[in-house]
Amino acid sequence: MSPETLLRRLLTGLRATFAEMSEAVSADGRFGTITLVGDAGEVSTLTTSLVEIASSNATLRAFLHGLPGVDRVGADQRATMLGTRSIKTTAKAQAIDLAISMVDLTTLEGADTAGKVRAMCAKAVQPDPGDPSVPKVAAVCVYPDLVAEAVHALGRSGVRVASVATAFPSGRSSLDVKVGDTALAVAAGADEIDMVIDRGAFLSGDYRKIFEEIVAIKAACARGESAAGKGDPHLKVILETGELQTYDNVRRASWLAMLAGADFIKTSTGKVSPAATLPVTLVMLEAVRDFRLQTGRMVGVKPAGGIRTTKDAIKYLVLVNETAGPDWLDPDWFRLGASSLLNDLLMQRQKMATGRYAGPDYFTLD
Amino acid sequence: MFEYAPAPESRDIVDIRPSYGLFVNGEWVDSLGDERDKTVNPASEEVLAEFSLASEADIDRAVSAARKAYESVWGGLPGRERAKYLFRIARIIQERSRELAVLESLDNGKPIRESRDVDLPLVAAHFFYYAGWADKLGYAGYGDEPRPLGVAAQVIPWNFPLLMLAWKIAPALACGNTVVLKPAETTPLTALAFAEICRQAELPPGVVNIVTGAGATGEALVNHPDVNKVAFTGSTEVGRLIARSVAGSGKKLTLELGGKAANIVFEDAALDQAVEGIVNGIFFNQGHVCCAGSRLLVQESIQDELLDALKRRLSTLRLGDPLDKNTDIGAINSAAQLAKIKSLSEAGEREGAERWSPSCPIPEKGYWFPPTLFTGVAQSHRIAREEIFGPVLSVLTFRTPAEAVEKANNSPYGLSAGVWTEKGSLILWMADKLRAGVVWANTFNRFDPTSPFGGYKESGYGREGGRHGLEAYLDV
Repeated sequence: MSPETLLRRLLTGLRATFAEMSEAVSADGRFGTITLVGDAGEVSTLTTSLVEIASSNATLRAFLHGLPGVDRVGADQRATMLGTRSIKTTAKAQAIDLAISMVDLTTLEGADTAGKVRAMCAKAVQPDPGDPSVPKVAAVCVYPDLVAEAVHALGRSGVRVASVATAFPSGRSSLDVKVGDTALAVAAGADEIDMVIDRGAFLSGDYRKIFEEIVAIKAACARGESAAGKGDPHLKVILETGELQTYDNVRRASWLAMLAGADFIKTSTGKVSPAATLPVTLVMLEAVRDFRLQTGRMVGVKPAGGIRTTKDAIKYLVLVNETAGPDWLDPDWFRLGASSLLNDLLMQRQKMATGRYAGPDYFTLD
Repeated sequence: MFEYAPAPESRDIVDIRPSYGLFVNGEWVDSLGDERDKTVNPASEEVLAEFSLASEADIDRAVSAARKAYESVWGGLPGRERAKYLFRIARIIQERSRELAVLESLDNGKPIRESRDVDLPLVAAHFFYYAGWADKLGYAGYGDEPRPLGVAAQVIPWNFPLLMLAWKIAPALACGNTVVLKPAETTPLTALAFAEICRQAELPPGVVNIVTGAGATGEALVNHPDVNKVAFTGSTEVGRLIARSVAGSGKKLTLELGGKAANIVFEDAALDQAVEGIVNGIFFNQGHVCCAGSRLLVQESIQDELLDALKRRLSTLRLGDPLDKNTDIGAINSAAQLAKIKSLSEAGEREGAERWSPSCPIPEKGYWFPPTLFTGVAQSHRIAREEIFGPVLSVLTFRTPAEAVEKANNSPYGLSAGVWTEKGSLILWMADKLRAGVVWANTFNRFDPTSPFGGYKESGYGREGGRHGLEAYLDV
């Protein structure tokens, strides 16, 4: 997208005063000198124009409201149509293995214990004890106080540990508490932090507050010298689309999170219904696609909650393939947050291999 | 890379006879002439079946069967009794929809996804809808007891063979007329399957007669002195001939002809959905749609952005085997149509428009044309004025809403138009100014039996569908 287009976006979305707008234009009168730092494929700094956009709530609002709208009927239709793709035989086998390798195996219950987490970690590393050709899942996802247990249980298996943080699932607490929550998980060795945004702030139009929180949590993700050998955790930002409700809001929240530095955008906590849906994921995939075109930076997407069957999972992979493109068909860029999905994938995988369905007793609970 | 494995719908479900006669007076009869033709699968050029080219004597026989059925049974049957037959036909169509969808895709070349998800549901919906009208004609606004016309001669095109049959037969029967219908010569099979459905529904003999054939058969049918009503969907050229020959005969005439619809995208449109709408507008059914959005009018300020997005989207379209459930673009219906699309596209290049197609492998056998985009098109280019009836989109630009209206209306056609904007007041203003029978807002190529469809200017006259569609089959 050219700087001109960006400026037009800003102008069409304009609800800010002229004075606030002019802040968005850099001192020499030019808008948006694009400076990408770092090697190709590395995380690059934001374009200066995007930094300017975040300079005040008014400029943020102007930008987010200047994004093209999403027509609900059209988006629903597109998602439904992609849901009719028929994935069979070799393509299905490939999709099932890909889906398994993208699962964030999740337990987020009040009743979680170290024992439960250990059991889940064992399953994550070897989903089907009878078949070593089954790939391991991408990550396990737990509450911060159980991160250490998961890190210990997973060892050097390569399965990553993700932790929810920031007063999950409501996000209704002070920034200090959220940062502390994050620091706890980071110190315990989490590889990924799944933060929630303040939906109340979003719905009341306080975009700047959300931006600042994401920036603060991103900073809290930086590991000190003490944890040498481990990189900084990736930040997944949960939009809780079931509470944002409109697709316009989903698109704006996606951009807001990406502007603030999210490595991943995630649909839901799993605690609110509806959780992930195909059309919402479609809108988010369009957002990461457009964001890469504009900034060169690639952001991942994670639908979470409500994905229970292989058929569902394959629909999501088709959506990724035909919306963001095959670059995102990789556990580094697309995840499926789920718990019961894994066993259905295993069941379908075995059916493809043997031609028969085995009963649920033949697949481990966790 | 995630490659979709072939997922073909099985063709075992259809039972195509090697040779077909005519369906007259509830029976299969041999043609009185001896002219025959073959229908081929446009995706493979394989011959599917042989059928008769009905002669004038055949038409005479079919029209008299229809006349007899009108006078002895159907014309006097109470509406609620006619409704029972129509409901029954609608249910049989639903029950047999998978079979009919496969047959349609085989004969026409359209992707199974469309015949299964669009054509067949609409066909059944049309029969259900008009079945509901059959006993309520007195409330349609055409008088207390509107009378049927008598025998309807109906000639339909090859782009939606069974759907066009439904658009014609359902309202005709609901109003109490009997029918002689001629399907197109490249796609007779689903109409012949419909004849079987009439028998299955125990429709009285002669109420529906199906005669196959080409232009000469159609000409004999519309010119037969004993028909009371002529309904034609097809090209403007043939429509003109029919209007001329029917003039002064007292036959009631409705024509649904060509189009060159403008799909107008404003700068504030929901971009991703507009792209989908453009794709659906022109590449649905390989562009073989009279109301196809074949002229894209895009506001100059978003031209680059929209075209980039559109090209990216076109690159994901899957062209190939119509029976594969993942195919988006099927085969062009006939060699003749393919030649016409090629020649107009070449004219576009010669006139200076820039041609673009995504790279997509074209099967060796069959009739295929890749989705094609022309940019830099001017109002004066042939590809901006003539109906191509293929997967070819001409892109023009505009600066203001008034200019968009001017350009959209600057066409001899006026069948449909599309408006894409998030601003409701602009949609209403545009709809008021556009001279087109259908104006879609933030969608395109959506059909519903309750909604009237028909054209302005050279796109024809009369309306099909909805309450308005009854008027064409009533003596009012």
